[in-house]
Amino acid sequence: MAYKRKDLLGMKDLTKEEILYLLETAQKFTEINERDVKKVPTLKGKTVINLFFEPSTRTRTSFEIAGKRLSADTINFTASASSTTKGETLIDTVKNMEAMKSDIFVVRHSYSGAVKYIAEHTDAKVVNAGDGLNEHPTQALLDMLTIRQSKGRLEGLEVAIIGDITHSRVARSDVWAMTKLGVNVRLFGPTTMIPKHSEVFGCRVCKSMNEAVDGADVIIMLRIQRERQGKLLIPSTKEYAKYFGLTKDKLALAKPDALVMHPGPINRGVELMSNVADSDNSGVLKQVTNGVAVRMAALYILGIGNNKGGIDENAS
Amino acid sequence: MSAKEIMNKEEMARTLNRMVFQILEAIRSEDGFCLIGIRRGGAVLAKRMADILTKEGKKDIKIGYLDITLYRDDLSSIHDYPVLQSTEIDFDITGKNIVLVDDVIYTGRTTRAALDALIDYGRPKKILLAAFIDRGHRELPIQPDFTGKTVPTSRSEIVDVQLEEQAGCDCILINKKA
Repeated sequence: MAYKRKDLLGMKDLTKEEILYLLETAQKFTEINERDVKKVPTLKGKTVINLFFEPSTRTRTSFEIAGKRLSADTINFTASASSTTKGETLIDTVKNMEAMKSDIFVVRHSYSGAVKYIAEHTDAKVVNAGDGLNEHPTQALLDMLTIRQSKGRLEGLEVAIIGDITHSRVARSDVWAMTKLGVNVRLFGPTTMIPKHSEVFGCRVCKSMNEAVDGADVIIMLRIQRERQGKLLIPSTKEYAKYFGLTKDKLALAKPDALVMHPGPINRGVELMSNVADSDNSGVLKQVTNGVAVRMAALYILGIGNNKGGIDENAS
Repeated sequence: MSAKEIMNKEEMARTLNRMVFQILEAIRSEDGFCLIGIRRGGAVLAKRMADILTKEGKKDIKIGYLDITLYRDDLSSIHDYPVLQSTEIDFDITGKNIVLVDDVIYTGRTTRAALDALIDYGRPKKILLAAFIDRGHRELPIQPDFTGKTVPTSRSEIVDVQLEEQAGCDCILINKKA
């Protein structure tokens, strides 16, 4: 098992083996987060810059904690308080950060492909923390890690992803990765939020909420992005909650031990009712816990990957 | 690649037994004794030592396993991607007398990493080092308290400790580096 790439940009390009290697490594890191002293010296002296051109609290904090637990120096950069507001181009910003001898960039950007563009213009390692509507690979990894811990496997599971599929990078990363690992994914959402050409995903598109949750092992509810497209694509949040929200009654149609997940932040009472979000079926907070381990694994794998090669390992 | 066997199954069993009795003698009066094996070879040997101690009537031997990958000082120079093993120490090591077990001591860097890792878990009263094979060439001021066998080697050789639990048979080979 190995991961030889410079960057972690998305799940679409990865092989099944690479995804499994990331998951295995992340599983090992979960133990460190349970210790009293939650720190290992592995990335001492490496500089990790969180380049967030789009607001985020959970993902940024998660990456920051992950970096710090590996002893890397993590620095946060938020676009609103930077030269980008003075008209500096994206690549100039990145080149300047690189000139300060940074090792890893963790990048979030509102344009799909922006992170790949940055990765192609820097020698530093790049982790995609979400780019536009494209991908959010660490979210997919933490989703799969949470599912695997709960169900003991991934292959053959029935996973429903419900909500705004078109505008969700989480859905895309989940679909690309899960289908490679043999998960049966089904999608459901308002017609205005299902991609026109959904057949490329190789998933079943459901016609009703009942069909979507029927017999599901895992239900992933997506956030209605009220600040973005959400407003135009649905008549009202009340109507959305009625037809596409996950209630106790709807959950009862899934397997009794069905795992409910949500990438956060939750709109309580819209896509996810409070009595479901706080029920025993909910894996929402477990996802957040696993997020740190997954990001540690990503930073670790990229951070140590110099591949200078040669020296034999018998240094007992 | 020519391989020379330096220890067979019986010799290994005898040596391990002797080490266990030496450890018993040294820690006789001490409470809170536990074994911690360094993955992967040391972990197997620590388990075997615990089994011998149990047979000798020692009750409740605490045993833990340590993965030191994240503490290595040569992570970026070793060739392939290292696979993390899990660390399993399900007891508090503060105040304990720990015998750290490894299969081969060479440069001493693994032991250094293991000491750092252990100290992140707590403050042991004392740490002793048991190494099954000492092949010399130390690069750090670290010496084992209990040694199975001292084997003079050259740096171009590889000491291959094969254990039944992992390789299917017990023997120790010296290989010439390809």
